[in-house]
Amino acid sequence: MSDTEQTLRKTFLYEKHLEAGARMVPFAGWDMPVQYTGIIEEHIHTREKAGLFDICHMGEFILSGDSAAEDVDRIVTCRVDDMPEGKCRYGFLLNEEGGIIDDLIVFRLSLSEFMLVVNSGTTEKDSLWIQRNISRNTGFTDISDKTAKLDLQGPLSGLILGELTGKDVLKGLGRFCFTRAEISGVEILLSRTGYTGETGYELFFSPEHSFRMWETLLESGGVKPVGLGARDTLRLEMGYSLYGNDIDESHTPVEADLMRFVFMDKDFIGRDKLAGAKKQGTKRVLTGFVCEGRKSARSHYKIMSGTYEKGEVTSGAFSPCLKKGIGLCYLDRDRASAGGEIYIDDGRSGIKAEVAAPPFYKREA
Amino acid sequence: MIPGDLKYTSEHEWVRVKGDEAVVGITDHAQSALGDITFIELPGEGDTLTAGESMGTVESVKAASDIYAPLSGSVIEVNSALEDAPEAINASPYEKGWICRMKISDKAEADSLMDASGYQKYLKESE
Repeated sequence: MSDTEQTLRKTFLYEKHLEAGARMVPFAGWDMPVQYTGIIEEHIHTREKAGLFDICHMGEFILSGDSAAEDVDRIVTCRVDDMPEGKCRYGFLLNEEGGIIDDLIVFRLSLSEFMLVVNSGTTEKDSLWIQRNISRNTGFTDISDKTAKLDLQGPLSGLILGELTGKDVLKGLGRFCFTRAEISGVEILLSRTGYTGETGYELFFSPEHSFRMWETLLESGGVKPVGLGARDTLRLEMGYSLYGNDIDESHTPVEADLMRFVFMDKDFIGRDKLAGAKKQGTKRVLTGFVCEGRKSARSHYKIMSGTYEKGEVTSGAFSPCLKKGIGLCYLDRDRASAGGEIYIDDGRSGIKAEVAAPPFYKREA
Repeated sequence: MIPGDLKYTSEHEWVRVKGDEAVVGITDHAQSALGDITFIELPGEGDTLTAGESMGTVESVKAASDIYAPLSGSVIEVNSALEDAPEAINASPYEKGWICRMKISDKAEADSLMDASGYQKYLKESE
């Protein structure tokens, strides 16, 4: 066993992945399943039936107290003051320059209690930064090590969870809403959220029930385990950003074309710089593209116009649904209109692609 | 799986020699390591091949890999069915997933390739 393997963290479901014959890879310091039977098969299965994802490695924080609402509103870009209990929203933590520290989902547990769900690779960074930027009266608890998370995504997920929780629980649960439920006697927090573009749910529960939950969900007809490989191709088909690839501290939501997740009518950290960037405009903007054929572009490939660099790929992969390469890139705004042709330098014969607004995959009505 | 009638390279290509022609592909080990193959850049018919040099690329969902010519010679025919269905390499690396048929310029080169048991040993040693 190499040193790297020894220092990788294992999720609560590690043994289950080995049992299932998963191929394991390091991800953000965790030993994670990249695939079980194959990335394409798992991807298609999620779009057609239901895929089960081990997401225990993500971070969760609880912020509580009378000043919690005010603090959360000041550190995240999404609007918080009008969130009722049972609502969750996607937004960003920004630094003073408007750069993206992380993307996250804010859950309003009650008037004075919030859960923030953050990325696995940024949990520690976020924890330190948040604690430095909230008032002394707001309680902060990192519950990441005490929280197991599974995502069930796909057209069958509602039916499956409806049966497991007792149908009424899910009735009328809209997107970006959450509720409490019970599966096989295990208490769960269940949100209608996800990273695949399919109808899906995220389940949060106490880790001692991990094996039981995993097995119960897999026993449901139509559910297969899905690894990080397919999770990446699924989110990329939707054009969703991946922190560290498409968004990071050197980019603002203006440049990332994600201002719809920023509520400018409130004061929050980074707002002023963001207002400036919005006014001035940015040289580049995060844009989607679809390659000419199966040959795919990868992160860091440059986009060229003759000898001029016009952009850089931030995420690129093969799309199992389109059967072509797809990706996201920061591209000079003068090249970023949909339908425009770009040339991607792959160090070989090059890849022609067309600028396209995501989602690249559209479910047939 | 390592068929006994083939020869193998350290870059995980296989060769089926018949007279002064050979059929080339990548091994079961290679296709498994790559995962789902999504694209193959095939050599062109008539291309000159030099043993040990890149003759194309194979891409999987996450990565790209060079394919190296196992022998020197020239390409007679390529398996163009792989253009739209490269997954045939995953499903059938030694039959339907054949990559190209070539004319061998130096028959002695094949003697320096590994046989099935040699390749098996090589795989074990690389674990």
